[in-house]
Amino acid sequence: MERQSPLFRLFLHAAALLLAAIILTPLLWLFVMSISPAADLAAKPLRWWPATMDFSRYATLLSSVENSAGAAFMASLRNSLMVAGMATVAAVALAVPAGWAVSRTPSVGWSLSVVIATYMLPPVALAVPLYMALAKFGLLNSVFGLALVYLTILAPFTTWLMKSGFDGIPREIEQAAVIDGASLWQTLRIITLPLAMPVVATSALFAFLLGWDEFFYALLFTSDQRAKTLTVAIADLAGGRVSDYGLIATAGVLAALPPVLVGLVMQRALISGLTSGGVKG
Amino acid sequence: MSGTWLTTRAWLLMLPLLIVMVAVIGWPLADTVQLSFTDAKLVGTSGSYVGFDNYVRLVSGNAFGRTLFTTTFFAVVVVTVEMLFGVLAALLLNQRFHGRTLLRALLILPWALPTVVNATLWRLIYNPEYGALNAALTQIGILDNYRSWLGEPGTALTALIVADCWKNFPLVAMIALAALQAVPRDVIAASYVDGASAFSRFRFVTLPYLAGPLMVALVLRTIEAFKVFDIIWVMTRGGPANSTRTMSILVYQEAFSFQRAGSGASLALIVTLIITVLAVAYGTVVKKVAGSAA
Repeated sequence: MERQSPLFRLFLHAAALLLAAIILTPLLWLFVMSISPAADLAAKPLRWWPATMDFSRYATLLSSVENSAGAAFMASLRNSLMVAGMATVAAVALAVPAGWAVSRTPSVGWSLSVVIATYMLPPVALAVPLYMALAKFGLLNSVFGLALVYLTILAPFTTWLMKSGFDGIPREIEQAAVIDGASLWQTLRIITLPLAMPVVATSALFAFLLGWDEFFYALLFTSDQRAKTLTVAIADLAGGRVSDYGLIATAGVLAALPPVLVGLVMQRALISGLTSGGVKG
Repeated sequence: MSGTWLTTRAWLLMLPLLIVMVAVIGWPLADTVQLSFTDAKLVGTSGSYVGFDNYVRLVSGNAFGRTLFTTTFFAVVVVTVEMLFGVLAALLLNQRFHGRTLLRALLILPWALPTVVNATLWRLIYNPEYGALNAALTQIGILDNYRSWLGEPGTALTALIVADCWKNFPLVAMIALAALQAVPRDVIAASYVDGASAFSRFRFVTLPYLAGPLMVALVLRTIEAFKVFDIIWVMTRGGPANSTRTMSILVYQEAFSFQRAGSGASLALIVTLIITVLAVAYGTVVKKVAGSAA
């Protein structure tokens, strides 16, 4: 194939370094801020690398001493895990049967288009009635209420991914099982679901990341430590009168860690999910 | 098994999803429509019917036009930059060089970073007193005095656009890279044998494979950019002097800050309408492009 000329190779490596620098510089700076003593961050000229690395903020945030910054952070971490976790479980439970039904029954395919179309809706179009309804049922500032609201985002998305996933499993395998005398339920349980497990796992991860990332509804529908999620807690820190910027950066690093690790480990599955969902939709 | 039974079975399997979707999406959307014709407050009075008053007042008010312009400007600029930069990055990552695998892995980092963390990070970078951007520019000698990047109407929107592009160009790059890898090697080899120039190789061999996925990326990113709320709320809350106020921020202010649920609902529906028009228009183009590329 193509032979790269030395000049072209030099250009490629320079461009690659530039791209790496663009991606990494802001991220590295977030980490450096989190381990720099407050005095270094306020110094003029700014110290780009701390004289002594200071990991104490991580200990502060991950401790649960009452009424400390740590207690609020840990509460929001727990809320984020609960809300994203519950919404993910519910979304997958709804999406698996629905995704299979649409995949195997072309005549109801249009209903999936309707479901996907709702994914395009701006959250502001639903926010006011949802707020009033949650208030009426006493579900404002509740992890359950928020998880329910997150289904507006997670359920269409996972159904879409599950449908693409089931499309990739040949229906002949199911038909063979039915001919051998298996009932529909047996076929699904023994044949289809085990084959679909990788797709279920990817969909669940995607859904969890969406829930972990969500901010708008959480900002509107939560007000204190009982339900505030990590994204709201960080926005509070960033917009508040916190004088130690390193602490804000530390909270950011901790909140970013789970999705970033998932992203790196699951890269291949995430990208194939992105492109298959994207291209087929 | 008859077709009717198959269809009935499919509906039964979809029933739980459909019930939930009607409860959390269908009904609220219908209620938003109903609210938009009332002067309801967020708390307390359910309001009375006012016809199209909310719509008329909003569209003729001066906040609406300016906000629509800001939103459109933001969306057009971020999507253009992200598409250009994303495709360039994908073309680079499709070449052979040392460290390519590592660089491809790095690409996922900005995308995986939660939006709020990204906004917080850039807010710290732009900080008027201690921010890294001010420090870097003054230490190099480009800037004499520290500036308030997010505090001045002249720079705030640009600063936001940079932060949004940094986070989102990797998504376009990942989609484009996957498309580039799908171009069959023998087709590329044949174009070399035929002596095609680098430009015509890109235009006639690569681009047809890129067009479909890129259109999808374009649609998704445009709609997301038009709905933008999180990054702006965390970085500027729409300020200074409303210079970064987008439609979603305006709806938030109207419905939740001023508690005018009725007119907030009208505004939200106008945003929904614009997005629907965009989605339908794009959908038509995507079908065309996908059809011609295949």
